Amino acid sequence: MKVWKTYGRELILLGLLLALLVGVGIRSPSFISLKTFDAIWHDSALLIVLALTQMLVIMSRGIDLSVAANLALSGMLVGLLAKAVPGIPVIALLICGALSGLVLGIINASLINFLEIPPIVSSLGMMSVYRGLTYVVSGGQWINANELPTGLVDFPNARFLGITGLEWVSLIALVLGWFLVHQSRFGREIRALGGNPNAAKYVGIPETKRLFVLYALSGVVAGMVGVLWVARFALANTEIASGFELQVVAACVLGGVSIAGGVGSVIGTALGAIFLTTLYNALPVVNVSPFWQTAIVGVAILVAAIVNQGASRVKGKTILRRA
Amino acid sequence: MTTTFLQINNINKRFGATQAVNDVSFGLNKGEVLALIGENGAGKSTVVKILTGIYQPDSGGIVLNGETLRLSSPQAAAKSGIGAIHQETVMFDELSVAENLFVGNHPVTSKFFAGGLVNWKLMLERAEIVLDKMDAKIDPEMPLRELSVAQKHLVQIARALSQDSSVVIMDEPTASLSKAEIEDLYRIVRQLRDAGKAVLLITHKFDEVFALADRYVVLRDGKNVGTGNITDTSSEDLIRLMAGREVGALFPKLESKPGNVMLEVKNFEHPTEFSSINFSVRKGEILGFYGLVGAGRSEVMQAVFGLNAAATGSVLIDGKTVSIKSPADAVKNGLVYVPEDRQIAGAILPMSILHNITLASLSSIGNILNRNKEESMAMPLAERLSLRAANLEQNVSELSGGNQQKVVLSKWLATNPNVIILDEPTKGIDVGAKAAVHSFMSELVQNGLAVILVSSELPEVMNMSDRILVMREGRLVAEFDARVATAEEIVSQAAGNTRELVV
Amino acid sequence: MTENSRSNPVRARAPFKISSLLLRWELLLLVMLAIVMVLNGRLSEYFWDAANLGDATPIFAEKGMIALAMALLILCREIDLSVASIIALSSLLMGFAAQSGANWVVLLLVGVGTGTVCGFVNGFLVVRFAVPSIAITLGTMSLFRGIAQAVLGDTALTSYPESFGNLGQGYALPNLPISFVTFLILAVCVGVFLARTRWGRNLYAIGNNPEAARFSGIPVARYRLALFTFSGTLAGLAAVFLTSRITTTRPNIAQGWELDVITMTVLGGVSIAGGVGNILGVVLSVLLLGMIQFGMGLINIPGIVASIIIGILMVLAIALPPIIKRFVKPDAKS
Repeated sequence: MKVWKTYGRELILLGLLLALLVGVGIRSPSFISLKTFDAIWHDSALLIVLALTQMLVIMSRGIDLSVAANLALSGMLVGLLAKAVPGIPVIALLICGALSGLVLGIINASLINFLEIPPIVSSLGMMSVYRGLTYVVSGGQWINANELPTGLVDFPNARFLGITGLEWVSLIALVLGWFLVHQSRFGREIRALGGNPNAAKYVGIPETKRLFVLYALSGVVAGMVGVLWVARFALANTEIASGFELQVVAACVLGGVSIAGGVGSVIGTALGAIFLTTLYNALPVVNVSPFWQTAIVGVAILVAAIVNQGASRVKGKTILRRA
Repeated sequence: MTTTFLQINNINKRFGATQAVNDVSFGLNKGEVLALIGENGAGKSTVVKILTGIYQPDSGGIVLNGETLRLSSPQAAAKSGIGAIHQETVMFDELSVAENLFVGNHPVTSKFFAGGLVNWKLMLERAEIVLDKMDAKIDPEMPLRELSVAQKHLVQIARALSQDSSVVIMDEPTASLSKAEIEDLYRIVRQLRDAGKAVLLITHKFDEVFALADRYVVLRDGKNVGTGNITDTSSEDLIRLMAGREVGALFPKLESKPGNVMLEVKNFEHPTEFSSINFSVRKGEILGFYGLVGAGRSEVMQAVFGLNAAATGSVLIDGKTVSIKSPADAVKNGLVYVPEDRQIAGAILPMSILHNITLASLSSIGNILNRNKEESMAMPLAERLSLRAANLEQNVSELSGGNQQKVVLSKWLATNPNVIILDEPTKGIDVGAKAAVHSFMSELVQNGLAVILVSSELPEVMNMSDRILVMREGRLVAEFDARVATAEEIVSQAAGNTRELVV
Repeated sequence: MTENSRSNPVRARAPFKISSLLLRWELLLLVMLAIVMVLNGRLSEYFWDAANLGDATPIFAEKGMIALAMALLILCREIDLSVASIIALSSLLMGFAAQSGANWVVLLLVGVGTGTVCGFVNGFLVVRFAVPSIAITLGTMSLFRGIAQAVLGDTALTSYPESFGNLGQGYALPNLPISFVTFLILAVCVGVFLARTRWGRNLYAIGNNPEAARFSGIPVARYRLALFTFSGTLAGLAAVFLTSRITTTRPNIAQGWELDVITMTVLGGVSIAGGVGNILGVVLSVLLLGMIQFGMGLINIPGIVASIIIGILMVLAIALPPIIKRFVKPDAKS
């Protein structure tokens, strides 16, 4: 009973994921294989990482739509750096990506917290600005695999203990995310802030400070993912990850994060991202045109949003005593 | 200067046009209970918010144990040893009971990662100790949303106790508790006092004052109007201090002759909120609805007004059964409702007085708006209620609480209603505006309206009503003729005498 | 202020203050529009040309139509992210209708009808399940465009009758395209509806305080449903003009338009927090953004760079008014 009350949303999603796998497996038994699971995990890794920070943002009653543009700009800057300084170590590139992401995140965080611009507007505006800047800094040029250090391009697929680089990244993100969201004071206060902002004031949670750090963090993570994205696809251009912010938000909504704030879990969000990726991977297997992908994701978001809402609907007061 | 433990010196706080706290000073000793009393809107809650660091005073100082305090945040107040049980529910439904006790002040293990990792084990242990001390049988790991209203209230009290404060402030702590729960709370307060804590009890209930307090401070319209020992005073003296005038002047009840039954409510039922609700009100009659906070009175009234889809029952207006599925239906049938929460459900603060007053009667002007017609609808009402404002284009947010209430009343009177339901109409407004609202109620019934007055203020219900109905736990439990009823009878019906286990 | 009002009776109207007129956001937009027009004239000798100017209008007029409905939605604290996807779906059905030989009247009805149905679906889901509209329309944004993608794959529909092309390419008056004139007429209608009718007043009430509006007897849910439906209708109408102008339906038609439309609305002074805004501001902002993009096109600045300026403008549009007020208020009061 207690398990159900605490993890009900996650269990439902896990059930749906298993049902999806079984359903696809019946039509095409070869789909159920370690190789497929490995591919799904690998494919969903970056989505998981971004969805985890987005989850914290949505939990605080905000949204950060600038992550994909931040990713593209940071990825492009790092790509240009790699091109200009051949032989630069991969770790230096990762740090530069994080720094670039941090700066862009801080711009967004300042607009939201000091100029009090609603997060949806601020991050939408910054999304245009960052995407435009990506074009400006690159002059519209592409950076290709041969201009990037091989160490960088090889990292995502390199296997360590049988697990790919990206998979390791998602594992680390999950562990850190779990500590941050469920175990740290910061995460608990963000949850309280989103659950009841007025009450949060009474118990003295410094709203501006917490939210500033949160949006800056969202920027840092987007910047690092930008480097990994460029590495994975061995390509940097203006269009990379275009529209990815919506997939990130979709993964959160699927994972049971409530747009109304205060509700969300690391496991749920990760399952949401994996569910989405599994869906993408399963379509060709069951001979559904991959063009159906977007429509099916749409239905999944609608169903998840409606189910979440039903679960968290405010119950009326229970005044009458039960006999 | 003084040897008092907590000394408040010449505090001032202004909100827009309202001087909420005006040069208030008082002292509080260790091991004593000081009652801070006053009508709703006298400034008590503002004083509490200043003492707990939520508001900063415009001027004046707070001295605790000889040290001048600057309470810039709730955390600063907690660190100084001032803890509070707030009137509004300060709770997080998605967090566990234990976490609700400690949020904002989580026990943490190390500081290295994101403000420290929460020490769940220590937190649970400490939560259990606090809840045990209160005899509250609540599982600290339960999510708060699973708890009943009374249990949530206990959690809130536990939160204040868990901080181990030297000063404990209780803002209307018994407003929604049953009699047995109130006895428990009294015991806790006495324990605190005997343990040497300084207790500030904010209330407007006299039985509480005389049962618990050692000394009193009376606030009226933001000013300290009297201080003294409880043993040297009587409830009559305190009422006079609180009201600032003879009681009769505050409740100008005019004689009116009740006529035919105007509204009849039959067999109203709701799965969780109320049951078997039957009552009627006549033309020219004020029907009082008394009960504890959370007894279900507002829920019944909102259901009658068409705001609760889960409720069943029938409504007759002027003898005819009407179907009310939405507030629009209610208004069409001449039934209107002035909600308790003026700022959330009553007035539209960022809109002008004019637009607020005409909002519910625009259809009588026509589909195309007409400024002159709107003005000629609103002006007479503003004058009749002696609204204090510069002009009708002022936003309602710029008005004082009493004048905001007058705007809400005007909005409904513009619809020419037959029945008007007033839910805590004088909550949080100053004494002058209160008297104005009361005299206006008298005028309404003389003009043949039927009025339902929902109020938690016993003097208001007793002095303004013709008949009084009492609700307890979602049911109507008693009816009194206002001329012969006594305060003791009404209160004992409202609070109930037996303790039942809340499961 | 309150002190002297105690003795005086309440007046009906506030005294006229020139500062309250000068501080209007619409005036600022108008000044910016003038500056942009002058700058554009300086930058390119082809700018002040009636034919050129007229031909530049359809691009923003189509988005502007949707912005009119978006303004009403945002005014009521809602949002519709699915408008561009509705265009895709409307365009798809028009393409099929055209293939089976429908004339332009039928195509117009199919386009607008499809949009209306999509909008109704949005409204129904938001109202019936009480889910925040950002979540619902995020879902239908994927769903509607997804259907178009699934059906079209990587093909395109191009067989539109010649008479249909006239809608998006033809002129109502010399140099004034039909779509632009339609936008202006719609703007006047929506503007009058919002400012002069009781329904418009009710929208402001809902946007400022939905709870109090409900307690005042306004059927809030019905208004929401109507607004989402209207948003769909106008998106369908925009789809008609756009499809007719480019005589092609691709699955990525109007991709990203929802962001442009929201930018237009917010820059026009409609507050995301609800309850504030008017149609004049939205129209001015539509013209302003259209002229900026047109001017940049004239001097060959790519659209993606223009988006930097538009993004900054949108953020400034929200950040500036409170800052200006903070500086101006002290002397306005004394």
